[in-house]
Amino acid sequence: MTQADYVIREPWEHISDQRRASTFGMWVFLASEVLFFGGLFMCFTYLRVLHPAAFAEASSHTNIWYGTINTGLLLTSSFTMVMAARLADLELRRLMALCLVATVALGLAFLVVKGFEYREDFDRHLVPGRDFAIPVAAAQLFFSLYWAITGLHAIHLTIGIVAVSRLAFLVERRELALPSPEFEITALYWHIVDIVWIFLYPLLYLGGRS
Amino acid sequence: MTDAFASDRPSGLASSSDYLHAGHTLWSWLTTTDHKRIAILYGITITVFFLIGGAAITVVRYELLSPNGNLISDDTYNKLFTLHGVIMVWFFLIPSIPNTLGNFLVPLMIGAPDVAFPRLNLLSWYVNLAGGMFTLAALITGGVDTGWTFYTPFSTMFSNGDVLLAATGVFVAGFATIATGLNFIATIHMLRIEGMTWFRLPLFVWSIYAVSLVMVLATPVLATTLFLIFAERLFGLPIFDPAHGGDPLLFQHMFWFYSHPAVYIMVLPAMGVVTELITCFARRQVFGYTFMVYAMVAIAGVGFFVWGHHMFVSGQSPYASLIFSFLSFVIAVPSAIKVFNWTSTLYRGQISFEAPMLYALGFVGLFTVGGLTGLFLASIPVDVQVHDTYFVVAHFHYIMVGGSVSAFFGGLHFWWPKITGKLYSEAWARFAAVLMFFGFNFTFFPQFILGYLGMPRRYHVYPQEFQVYHEMSTMGASILAAAYLLPPFYLGWSLYAGKRAGNNPWGASGLEWQTSSPPPPKNFFVRPTVSERPYDYHASGRAPEADDRTPRRRQDKVA
Repeated sequence: MTQADYVIREPWEHISDQRRASTFGMWVFLASEVLFFGGLFMCFTYLRVLHPAAFAEASSHTNIWYGTINTGLLLTSSFTMVMAARLADLELRRLMALCLVATVALGLAFLVVKGFEYREDFDRHLVPGRDFAIPVAAAQLFFSLYWAITGLHAIHLTIGIVAVSRLAFLVERRELALPSPEFEITALYWHIVDIVWIFLYPLLYLGGRS
Repeated sequence: MTDAFASDRPSGLASSSDYLHAGHTLWSWLTTTDHKRIAILYGITITVFFLIGGAAITVVRYELLSPNGNLISDDTYNKLFTLHGVIMVWFFLIPSIPNTLGNFLVPLMIGAPDVAFPRLNLLSWYVNLAGGMFTLAALITGGVDTGWTFYTPFSTMFSNGDVLLAATGVFVAGFATIATGLNFIATIHMLRIEGMTWFRLPLFVWSIYAVSLVMVLATPVLATTLFLIFAERLFGLPIFDPAHGGDPLLFQHMFWFYSHPAVYIMVLPAMGVVTELITCFARRQVFGYTFMVYAMVAIAGVGFFVWGHHMFVSGQSPYASLIFSFLSFVIAVPSAIKVFNWTSTLYRGQISFEAPMLYALGFVGLFTVGGLTGLFLASIPVDVQVHDTYFVVAHFHYIMVGGSVSAFFGGLHFWWPKITGKLYSEAWARFAAVLMFFGFNFTFFPQFILGYLGMPRRYHVYPQEFQVYHEMSTMGASILAAAYLLPPFYLGWSLYAGKRAGNNPWGASGLEWQTSSPPPPKNFFVRPTVSERPYDYHASGRAPEADDRTPRRRQDKVA
């Protein structure tokens, strides 16, 4: 039994077909993810056009340092993730496992920084409700979407961290052969999480600072 | 490689090796990855949901017998029609044809051993079931009174019902829909057998492809909408709340951006089924095959840009209304192309009236009525008059029940011999088909009149003069309910006492009829190859002969 037989699943006969199909399926899933986040971005854009001053005011209350550091962390993690997928193709197992671990670490670092940011937001009364800090009504809309979208993004990132950790674990235990399509599709998923953040960063942090 | 082909085997030999006998335990069903078995699992769950949704509306119809509304309370009435809508839309209609007939037939029709991602397919069933359980739990713990549309601000700020639980159910079920659509797209792209080019695909497969695109691209927007309901109702984050500058219209835009395409999720597969039925029982090539394909893709595409016609009286910009009205007329063009092509397929065909054909012909008539009344609603002045009345209720039931449910039953009867290997009682089946047609019209035609006269939907106390129409409608609904209860009996009976169906009882030309009935676990004993277009029932340029009902060529090479 070769390594390729080891990961092949019904109904595929050739590992190359299975990989093509898995990648294709993942792209279709990502299309639905784009619409999922797209709905939220549309919502944000619409309300921002309705209340430009309030959104600019609210946006200046976000902490740009946390946002910027996180952008750096996530972009770097995408680099290590794509390296891992490429190294799997080249069958460089050790180096690839290292890249997977680095990806997980960067993802976790993002969540930690986000956690500090959330705590600061709590302390500064940036949660919509009765004791909200900014006295403009529509500013609450901005922070509603801030919490909703960054929260949803964090959930996606958590799922990504679990998926990459699983890959690292299986590779370490030699339970997953390197031609498996799972490296490629996990990397694709990781990138959508990254790309969503690339849109979120200017919308949430840079908006009120021009 | 194709010299010993499945169809040449006597069907008796296959019984020991068909998919139904691949395992007998409950566990073998709950862990199966066979697309045919998953189709049956879906078939069982949607039947249960259909009965629940049907039971709710039966109470509603009896409540409406009298103008005073003295059978149930206002609150119960609101909860019952909400339950009916939520269950029927998300747990019956959306999964009905794609997940049962589509799951069973798409791999067979394209010559594949299974769908592209069999485990994802099984997972989708469990996810759908979990979503259904959440929604049922919401009903048991007190019900939801928002209507199936969950409009804000009522749903997020004022309703006392269990909105969150019901919305969670719908949200979860959405993952199953996306998984199904994704699976079909990948299957049709990647697993077509050698020679099965895109324009040799049966039109049912095309309809499933078109609907899968809508599923994958529309359902996530529903998820966004429900997610924001969670944010607002559960965490108190204002998004649609006008007191903070939010906009309830934004909710309606997002909701209908999903929910109008959802109508096409329900009706496109029905169109595919009906095409298969009409061509087979008229022994006629499908008239305008390529235009049927373009029409379906056009419906799927344009369907994304007509949602605003639900909001003509919601206060959206009149210019937006104008454009949405225009686009709603535009989408009638491909729909009309399909109706004309079905009719032209019948022209000079050798038509026979087996039960599936009765359902198919019923579909064409009812879909046409539903579609034409849709044009009334697409024109703004008429819509202002009949908006939110029984006219709208009658219109969409003509499409969803008269159209989709008729097609579902037609398809179920047509492929029943393939699915189970048994023949049902033709006389009972024809009786049920005719009864369903009359019961349906008896129920819903009076509602057009009711709505035109001004009876608003969702009210259970109404002026005396509407009573006669409500009584007609309720009597029709009783007939319809009886018609729906017949098939479980005679189809169930056929499982025990039905005659054994041959591989191809209707003399149809598609690949699914070339394997044994029921098919083996991997669908084909020998992998077929395809060299023909579908529906080759007669020579081009001349009508089929009256005495010759065998297809000229089957789709596989051997014939």
